[in-house]
Amino acid sequence: MADTNPSARPRRPGVPVSRRVLPGFGLSLGITLFFISLVLLLPISGLVIHTAGMGWEQFWFVVTDPRVVASYKVTVLAALAASLFNCVFGLLMAWVLVRYEFPGKRLLDAIMDLPFALPTAVAGITLATLFAESGWYGRVLSEFGIEVAYTPLGIVVAMAFTSVPFVVRTVQPVLEELPAEDEEAAVSLGASDWTVFRRILFPVLWPALVTGGGLSFARSLGEYGAVVFIAGNSPYVSEVISLMVFVRLEEYDFAAASAIASVVMGVSLLLLLAINVWQGRYLKRLHGGRG
Amino acid sequence: MTIEIDGINKSFGQFQALRDIDLTIPDGQLTALLGPSGSGKTTLLRSIAGLENPDRGRILFSGEDVTGLHVRERRVGFVFQHYALFRHMTVSENVAFGLKVMPRRERPSKPEIRRRVRELLEMVQLDHLAGRYPAQLSGGQKQRIALARAMAKRPEILLLDEPFGALDAKVRKELRRWLRSLHDELHFTSVFVTHDQEEALELSDQVVVMRQGSVEQVDSPLELYSQPDSRFVFNFLGQVNALPGAISGGVLRQGEAWVRLPESCDDDDAELYLRPHEVRLTQEPSQNAHLPFRIEAINVIGAEVRVELRPDGWESEELWEVGITHSAFNARQPGRGDRCYAVPDVGHLFCDHLSEPKTLSWYDSAG
Repeated sequence: MADTNPSARPRRPGVPVSRRVLPGFGLSLGITLFFISLVLLLPISGLVIHTAGMGWEQFWFVVTDPRVVASYKVTVLAALAASLFNCVFGLLMAWVLVRYEFPGKRLLDAIMDLPFALPTAVAGITLATLFAESGWYGRVLSEFGIEVAYTPLGIVVAMAFTSVPFVVRTVQPVLEELPAEDEEAAVSLGASDWTVFRRILFPVLWPALVTGGGLSFARSLGEYGAVVFIAGNSPYVSEVISLMVFVRLEEYDFAAASAIASVVMGVSLLLLLAINVWQGRYLKRLHGGRG
Repeated sequence: MTIEIDGINKSFGQFQALRDIDLTIPDGQLTALLGPSGSGKTTLLRSIAGLENPDRGRILFSGEDVTGLHVRERRVGFVFQHYALFRHMTVSENVAFGLKVMPRRERPSKPEIRRRVRELLEMVQLDHLAGRYPAQLSGGQKQRIALARAMAKRPEILLLDEPFGALDAKVRKELRRWLRSLHDELHFTSVFVTHDQEEALELSDQVVVMRQGSVEQVDSPLELYSQPDSRFVFNFLGQVNALPGAISGGVLRQGEAWVRLPESCDDDDAELYLRPHEVRLTQEPSQNAHLPFRIEAINVIGAEVRVELRPDGWESEELWEVGITHSAFNARQPGRGDRCYAVPDVGHLFCDHLSEPKTLSWYDSAG
């Protein structure tokens, strides 16, 4: 009666043993890649192919046209101002939503996403009406000599409005997870409130804030609907890149349109990539890597 | 620095966490706040630190009222249960934090801070980890860094919230000894919270047993163990064998079990509590006690053999546990299911009409 254990089935040779514990890796990755190809990569390749048809010199000529270059400056500066404003204001809103209890908190939380849900053209028209010289805000501001509608400042306002949820929604969960003990420890060691914020809270919030700010910036670079209604669109002063693309399209100059679009896309992509790499390094240090 | 707590009350909404706590924590001693979860021990510790504001009552450090003083100004070292190390700072930056945030005119110079940090890290024997981040440390190391950080400003009071709760048994034992020796060396007044009675008895000079927001008993570990004031304290400090019954004519009786009490006692319902080492096991009942059992389980691991006993012909809420020496066990070789008798040497009688328990001894009476 030796070695006749019925439960010990011999392993069939040649059948590979799956080493992954979590099932469905192949299938889920396949679907993801297929979908990304369909909605992202294919249109982007179209863009690149369109651009590639025009030759290097022509490409350079189109993308360095003085009016286009002026629009780069306007767009980048406005997007920078808008995302910086959002970093401050978004952090404040996330702070209020996480740290305090007050009636209507849920409602405020829901309203926070409104800029994403609102059609950008509606946002643009509304902002333009409000900030026009006869509008509610415009009337007050004009008394101080501040013009918002139909100036680069209007572009900043439109960009900030449409992209502020990025900052709120990236900072909020990090703030929620922050243990109160850390702050208590700092205070018990004699730190002032400002020191606690600067030395304890901010370093932990910083990566989320940069991500939110970066997303807000990237979104602002390409914003069209909200901006064109309030920008005034005077050449060299308040034209944004996306408007330049649209102008080229109206002239049926598809190659030039895609050339300018590819510049925006390239910059956005590089920016997002850089943020990801930097953040990966920073977070590794917090979570146990050899920083 | 003596800590006096004078009539502290604290509620969280409907829940009263602390009620009328009066307590004196002597200078230079190690005091344990012991109690089950929800007994208010952590709230009391946090109130001493100034992290909670009591609704009523006063807290005094060396006679000086600090109730209105902010945590920042109380100058206590606080070690949090989950260490609360700053994740984005290295070990030495963590330890230096308290010194670096001091107002400029009080702050030590940079080389002085560096020297102090090195000293503190040497004290906790982790100077080789100065450049690491908290995520790279083990639980025991984090705990020691948290301690070094709390002591950086040389507080005279050190408060520790469940200091060894999250560590495994071996590290816990090591850290316990180490904290004890550190305390003996530096002589600050320390208070620590624990729900582990062994830890409290082993480590502290004075134990405060808490229950439902009130102080149940304050005593030295030895007094507490040998003279518990209440059934709660008795039950909370280790294994208890109980004989509930009724006294009549100097005999406590329930079912087939009876014990002749060595002192006169009024007739009443009562409960006799005995610790495992206060009872002997015999083959035959003695003239003072008739406590029949069946052996339920035998555990030979440890310094003595622990025998679990099921009452035979009477009832008790939990099984009894009696310790016998290995040599006695080997001589008799009792087996599971065997019948045997317990003979008490010392016992604690809780009568319903008396507020304090009575300690009884059968040593003098022949038995």
